[in-house]
Amino acid sequence: MVIKYLLEKEWKQLFRHKFMPKLVIFFPLMIMIFMPWATTLDIRDINTAIVDHDVTETSRRFTRTINASSYFLLQDVVSGYDEAIDMMEFGDADLIIEIPTGFEQEYAETGTANILVAINTVNTTKGVLGRAYIQMLAAQFPPAVDNTSAVAVPAPKMELLVKNMYNPLLDYKYTMIPGLMVVVILLLCGFMPVANVVQEKELGTIEQINVTPVSKFSFILAKLIPYWIIGLLAMTLSVLLAWLIYGLTPAGSLWTIYFFTMLFILTMSGMGLVISNNSSTMQQATFVMLFFVMIFLLMCGLFTPVRSMPDWAQYIASVTPTLYMVDAMRNIYLKGSGLADLTTDWVALVIMTVVLNVWAILSYRKSS
Amino acid sequence: MEEEIVIHAEELTKTFGTFTAVDHISFDVRRGEVFGFLGANGAGKTTAMRMLCGLSRPTSGIGTVAGYDIVRQAEKIKRNIGYMSQKFSLYEDLRVWENIRLYAGIYGMHDREIAEKTDALLERLHFTRERNTMVSQLPLGWKQKLAFSVSIFHDPAIVFLDEPTGGVDPYTRRQFWEMIYEAADRGITVFVTTHYMDEAEYCDRVSIMVDGRIEVLDTPGNLKERFGARSMDEVFHSLARKATRSE
Repeated sequence: MVIKYLLEKEWKQLFRHKFMPKLVIFFPLMIMIFMPWATTLDIRDINTAIVDHDVTETSRRFTRTINASSYFLLQDVVSGYDEAIDMMEFGDADLIIEIPTGFEQEYAETGTANILVAINTVNTTKGVLGRAYIQMLAAQFPPAVDNTSAVAVPAPKMELLVKNMYNPLLDYKYTMIPGLMVVVILLLCGFMPVANVVQEKELGTIEQINVTPVSKFSFILAKLIPYWIIGLLAMTLSVLLAWLIYGLTPAGSLWTIYFFTMLFILTMSGMGLVISNNSSTMQQATFVMLFFVMIFLLMCGLFTPVRSMPDWAQYIASVTPTLYMVDAMRNIYLKGSGLADLTTDWVALVIMTVVLNVWAILSYRKSS
Repeated sequence: MEEEIVIHAEELTKTFGTFTAVDHISFDVRRGEVFGFLGANGAGKTTAMRMLCGLSRPTSGIGTVAGYDIVRQAEKIKRNIGYMSQKFSLYEDLRVWENIRLYAGIYGMHDREIAEKTDALLERLHFTRERNTMVSQLPLGWKQKLAFSVSIFHDPAIVFLDEPTGGVDPYTRRQFWEMIYEAADRGITVFVTTHYMDEAEYCDRVSIMVDGRIEVLDTPGNLKERFGARSMDEVFHSLARKATRSE
């Protein structure tokens, strides 16, 4: 069996490498430890400046409510709007709340009152969420406690009872972690095979191989198998870390996770080989791979919902393997979906796997 | 049997765009011969050799190596030849024995056979102490000897050597040629390119390529006589002067 000798070679080379084996541990660790905190889209601690023209018990109570909320970080209570705008200009405040004169009186008499809110929307997410938060706080703001006023605040006419499904605490980390596991595999199994084949080209060792009767298939298979194993190990490590650090365990079965991981690894390693077969230098191969990885990361719905992209962008997203993998991982992890629920995802990945790997074998040429 | 032809080239041509690297070359190499394939840099030696090894497809012309067609049966040829490229191409991050084992395994040899032959080879090369040395740690001359040994480890019919002694000291070059003769004695046909004209003298027959064509092909003795030269060096100089291609 020729493959035995080729595999021996690949394993030895891989583990003798100064850097690569460390990467297998380092990538999952870094990504699982730090990234869930960094990739959160929860907006907290919005720097806030309050302009209180009213200076009454009610306006101060409102200020305290703002200050007590974890969404806002009260920077200063200033005396004029211009002063507050200056703060925004200098980046010290992203939200300005102006409480007009007569606020308390109006609120007590009519049950409604106006507050001016100005938001820095350079970061639109921050702007939109900031507005939503302040609306929520204002809606819940109770009338004066002394209750001396004659007019009672009218009770809300409609009440929404919201139940959060699958991620009841709306923990953003839980949404991100299954997706970040995909990133781990994407980086490991996308880049490492690329480096491998191109390195043999650069060193000239591939020429000696090409003049032997070794079959394309065995040669490529021997190159891929180590990365399949590495990918599965990295996924195992990621699943363990998610459980140890965040207490997150998959609602669905681990086998489903491994099934998808295997498919995704096959897709990425096949793609890596296609790129390296068609590149003559390491630089070329890594840049081409980087280009695709950027698209795969930004368009797959990991950070931003694909549904809100324009149609043409959705078409592009629909050919990224990451789209299906992230979707599958999130559903398996949070919703407990099984293979039957995720047919679209695995069918898409199977198609990509077949196409890319056939292409990889065909594009590896032993002669020129 | 002595006249059995193992390499046959007929009007073999390779063009890259408008550049004709190898221009209709024809020659035969007989079994057990040490065939010197000479030419200045850029004359087309390596390209011709790569076509014969099945690494490069000819633009036109016919070639057979060990009885197989170089276009249609390239993979069969590969079972029957050894090749040592100009650039050292064993794995530097594998040990001496690991390189031998890898290539032997690729040619279908079995563990036991490999182990026995490896021991014998290392013994013969006085390499036994270097068995576990990383190839990257070996000096160049040793690397070349190892590469040659690996290329004939599976007892091929023909071995192609592309400038095997480039950059090697005279003493090691001498040893290297002794190894080449040993291989030829075992019946392996040796097809070798070189820039050292003293080495050309060691060959049974030599061809000299100029600008993609084979200008002369004969025994070193006959060539010297024909050109009225005292050495192959002089023969080479009188031919190389005709080259119009720059390096």
